[in-house]
Amino acid sequence: MGIVSPGFQGRPRTAEPALPPGQYLTEDFPVLSAGPTPRVPLDTWEFVLTTETGAEYRWSWDELMGLPQETPHVDIHCVTRWSKLGTDWQGVSLDTLLDGVDTTARYALAHSYGGYTTNLPLDDLRGGRAWVVHTYEGGPLPAEHGGPARLLVPHLYFWKSAKWVRGVRLFVDDQPGFWETAGYHDYGDPWREQRYQGD
Amino acid sequence: MAAPTTGARMVAPLTWRVARLVERRVETPSAQTLVLDVPGWPGHEPGQHLDIRLTAADGYQAARSYSLAGPAEGERIAVTVQRVPDGEVSPYLTDTYAEGDPVEVRGPVGGWFVWRTDETAPVLLVAGGSGVVPLMAMVRARRAAGSRAPFRLIYSVRTPDDVIYADELRRRTREDQGLDVAYVYTRAAPEGWRGEPHRIGLADVNTHGWPPDLEPLCYVCGPTGFVETVADLLVGLGHPTRRVKTERFGPTG
Repeated sequence: MGIVSPGFQGRPRTAEPALPPGQYLTEDFPVLSAGPTPRVPLDTWEFVLTTETGAEYRWSWDELMGLPQETPHVDIHCVTRWSKLGTDWQGVSLDTLLDGVDTTARYALAHSYGGYTTNLPLDDLRGGRAWVVHTYEGGPLPAEHGGPARLLVPHLYFWKSAKWVRGVRLFVDDQPGFWETAGYHDYGDPWREQRYQGD
Repeated sequence: MAAPTTGARMVAPLTWRVARLVERRVETPSAQTLVLDVPGWPGHEPGQHLDIRLTAADGYQAARSYSLAGPAEGERIAVTVQRVPDGEVSPYLTDTYAEGDPVEVRGPVGGWFVWRTDETAPVLLVAGGSGVVPLMAMVRARRAAGSRAPFRLIYSVRTPDDVIYADELRRRTREDQGLDVAYVYTRAAPEGWRGEPHRIGLADVNTHGWPPDLEPLCYVCGPTGFVETVADLLVGLGHPTRRVKTERFGPTG
């Protein structure tokens, strides 16, 4: 327990659902980005998976839409402390995209239109826990939330769910991404409150 | 496309430190500056923020992020808190928190939305409401470092009463050479201000900003819609996206 601040009581919290430590609920959908919102036309959009040997696997928008679609219903947790429960998405599982990709890499670096990057262990993109999503709550994903397509990795803090995702590069060694280089945690497990380096 | 590069990697764990209130300044009817004494504060760059954590007697904790309002003076730091009426943390800090009382703080955090005092490029700061706080930290750091980097601040507020740091901004515009401040009023303008109240638009950014060929650094901070609008305008005017840094408010308490 921390140092008590005299007179602080906090919100009534009997009805709070189980949230990761330090998080509070929001009904809203806040935006957190480091720069302007990129606008990516669908006819030039592509998703590129690059292995540690440089082999590339590419999908156009139409090809992505032609793959088996999944509809994750998940809670999301932002490192800035809001959590949003029961969000609905549609997209393609990373398992589908990684199926048949020849790799022994252990790490992935997602990169985005606009230059953003974020790192994850490759295992966290597998096992039905990560998607490239293009639809939010039944409609096209708005640009400010990462449309036309973003990564969705709901078991990690939401900065790992790279907006405007353009591809994933696989590496043998871990490569810190944009926020990670700026002091945020390499892994980012909300339940262990891994917000900043060293947490 | 290469990733944006940032400064050296921070690896030391950020520890919670006990901070005590030493001074409170009322800035506007809803915004206050809290000066905190934080033994062991390691220093920070203008634009960085910290986390403030409150603990109730029963052990319940709530934490929120606040921008640092200026350079540290030794172990003294300042944050400016906008009171959110149904918030959990800000009403405590503005209404209940008393001189000498402890809170816990952790920081500094953030290595991207910062201006370094050795930069010489022109700087455009665009603030919406309390988004002025981290930008004021840059204005104050510029002054403290004796920097001559040309600065322009465009500050959008509802009414003249909502201008945070009003007196200091007046004084600095007079005294700090190379600093210009322009206001955009969205609800009510002061007498003598040219134009009608309006939301910030192309003409404001074009008139009071820098042309892209001067390669300015642009920092935009405010509510999400405001930041989206201004960042899109800057990109539309030809500023490279990599030189437009943004910080958006979500709902906070």
